[in-house]
Amino acid sequence: MEREILDMRHTISALVLNQPGVLARVAGLFSGRGFNIESLCVAETLDPSVSRMTIVTRGNDQVIEQITKQLNKLVDIIKVVDFFGSEYVDREMILIKVTAESSSRAEILRITDIFRGKIVDVTPKSYTIEVSGDENKIRAIIDLLKPMGIKEVVRTGRVAISRGSKGI
Amino acid sequence: MKKTGAQILLESLQLEGVDTIFGFPGGAVIGIYDALLNSPIRHILVRHEQAAVHAADGYARSSGKVGVCLVTSGPGATNTVTGIATAYMDSIPVVVLTGQVSTGLIGNDAFQEADIMGITRPCTKHSYLVKDVKELARTIKEAFYIAGTGRPGPVLVDLPKDVIADSAEFNYPESVNMQSYNPTYRGHRGQIQKAFKLILKANRPLIYAGGGVISSDASEELTAFARTLSIPVTATLMGLGCFPGVDDLSLGMLGMHGTYRANMAVTNCDLLIAVGARFDDRVTGKIDGFAPNAKIIHIDIDPTSISKNIRVHIPIVGDAKDVLKKINKLIQEEKEDWTSIRREWLDQILKWKNTYPLAYEQKDVIKPQYVVEKIYEITKGDAIISTEVGQNQMWTAQYYHFTKPRTLLTSGGLGTMGYGFPAAIGAQIAFPEKTVIDIAGDGSIQMNIQELATVAQYNLPVKIAILNNRYLGMVRQWQGLFHNKRYSQTPLEVSPDFIKLAEAYGAVGLRATKPEEVVPTIEKALSISKAVIMDFVVEREEDVYPMVPVGAPLKEMLLV
Ligand SMILES: Cc1ncc(C[n+]2csc(CCOP(=O)(O)OP(=O)(O)O)c2C)c(N)n1
Ligand SMILES: [Mg+2]
Repeated sequence: MEREILDMRHTISALVLNQPGVLARVAGLFSGRGFNIESLCVAETLDPSVSRMTIVTRGNDQVIEQITKQLNKLVDIIKVVDFFGSEYVDREMILIKVTAESSSRAEILRITDIFRGKIVDVTPKSYTIEVSGDENKIRAIIDLLKPMGIKEVVRTGRVAISRGSKGI
Repeated sequence: MKKTGAQILLESLQLEGVDTIFGFPGGAVIGIYDALLNSPIRHILVRHEQAAVHAADGYARSSGKVGVCLVTSGPGATNTVTGIATAYMDSIPVVVLTGQVSTGLIGNDAFQEADIMGITRPCTKHSYLVKDVKELARTIKEAFYIAGTGRPGPVLVDLPKDVIADSAEFNYPESVNMQSYNPTYRGHRGQIQKAFKLILKANRPLIYAGGGVISSDASEELTAFARTLSIPVTATLMGLGCFPGVDDLSLGMLGMHGTYRANMAVTNCDLLIAVGARFDDRVTGKIDGFAPNAKIIHIDIDPTSISKNIRVHIPIVGDAKDVLKKINKLIQEEKEDWTSIRREWLDQILKWKNTYPLAYEQKDVIKPQYVVEKIYEITKGDAIISTEVGQNQMWTAQYYHFTKPRTLLTSGGLGTMGYGFPAAIGAQIAFPEKTVIDIAGDGSIQMNIQELATVAQYNLPVKIAILNNRYLGMVRQWQGLFHNKRYSQTPLEVSPDFIKLAEAYGAVGLRATKPEEVVPTIEKALSISKAVIMDFVVEREEDVYPMVPVGAPLKEMLLV
């Protein structure tokens, strides 16, 4: 069996009981065992007693195997799926507050349009833009807006879902 | 009819088969203590909450049942942390009931409030804060279920004072239904088949047995497996007793202070069959040097233990008992003369045994090994032995030949000084008729010495054998070997007179200073139906050998 010894980024989805303390258990597991978290999103599923977490982490095969096993071992975790190597869609939303002087307002609007973003707040000196997309798209819009002067950025972290008709 | 939370708690415990709990009262749990007066459950009043957990742990290890302890909020709860971590590291089923401030006060830095769930999250298998008395019965049911099934471990239940006082209808659930917790007991047939084929082909197979064999009550199956195929067995500290230590196939313990033959067998085997063990660093030494020529089969109920430290070739997730049963069934079909097939391998192991047997020389001063050996001989291996931590622990592992499971209680994973005495109390409560001996160091025994009051109060005939070297001996040994004998803070310049101390608590104290006094002292102690401290004044600078230095491969043992 070929094993990946390089650190790779993995997107892991977990169904967890919607109970206080679950997030602390997951966070504690990562910090206590020295695993890294690049992002973590949690929210309720259609069943209010169950939440779904999307965790983006990085590690070699052995580390990732431990992470998924350790997550599975937590009593409050129902199911764990590592999307690595499978077909899935991931998205992230970002809110960007960018300096918008009269000279640059048109350009910013055009960029926002190209990225199918929305202006969600306007002041005489700034625009706040909402964009969602995969990592490349988010990075691209940030790069394009940087020269205008970005004041603030807030990202949701990634959520992911498998392609095809089956749920996890 | 409605019942109070306290009543519900105690009746739930009874329905779980609990007849004894270990604890220490306080304001947050005063309601439970009041209800205890009307309950048939026996409460053992310890003198420190750490000891309550260790005692519940010793009760659990010796009996196989879930141990239970009860403490108050705040300092009562924080005092349990070392006990909980000890049980967690060794996978011992314990339910820890902690008082908590009333729900309305939680988070307010109320008097005697501690976030004990938060503090113990990394060292519990699971934990609960009961916020509604209606949830109490189900929570207790789940706590016992989680503690005792799968890979066992401590479960903490935090009980706010108002929840205990509140009332509800009491319906104890018959069964547990948890969608998120479902340990795998049955080993995968295909994997077992693969393992079986490998076992038949191996020339130099070796069984490496851990505490999982004991917690799954699989000793019989393991013994049958080893004997039928003539496969030698080495055990971890936690596994000692799961295979008769006096059997010709027994190699004793492996690892840092393992026997020469065990470590050489690991290094040279071509198939390592790990059962209920987790490749701890004290066992493996340098990973690359551990079983370098072997295929590895790993049977364990906890998937996270498999391929954590070392890649294994055939993982089998499941209960050791179930898996070994299935393997044994397959073996029955193979009618080979295994003893002659193994001749060469077993002869080699015998050679290793004869080259460097465990040895010491008893001269004028009492050797600690001699004391342990005599305790073994006099008890005929039929006692429950607990240990403290340090040299005393390692000499016990080496010189007391454990022949039955659940007869050694020792803190393997956490290495907790102060564990042995309260654990012995727990075992003595579980087995009032048995001889229970804590083989102790002069340092460790002082970490829970206050429990002498507990043994006095309940007339527990627990015996303590102090291997008194007036050192924190194991640390001194390391300083001797790796720090140019710079004995920084390891000489115990002052200790109490243990004889007088025993007497002050109403126990008996006996001292032996010469080798010829060792046997009479042990015999006398065992004839007394009270607690006895035996103070063996031993060779001060005796070291534990063999020893594999940290980071070295197993074959590089320092020998005497
Ligand atoms: C609570 C705790 N503190 C510190 C240690 C580190 N430690 C390991 S062995 C040891 C010495 C124990 O001395 P003693 O009980 O006299 O046993 P000996 O080694 O002399 O037999 C120490 C301090 C430990 N294991 N546990
Ligand atoms: Mg000592």
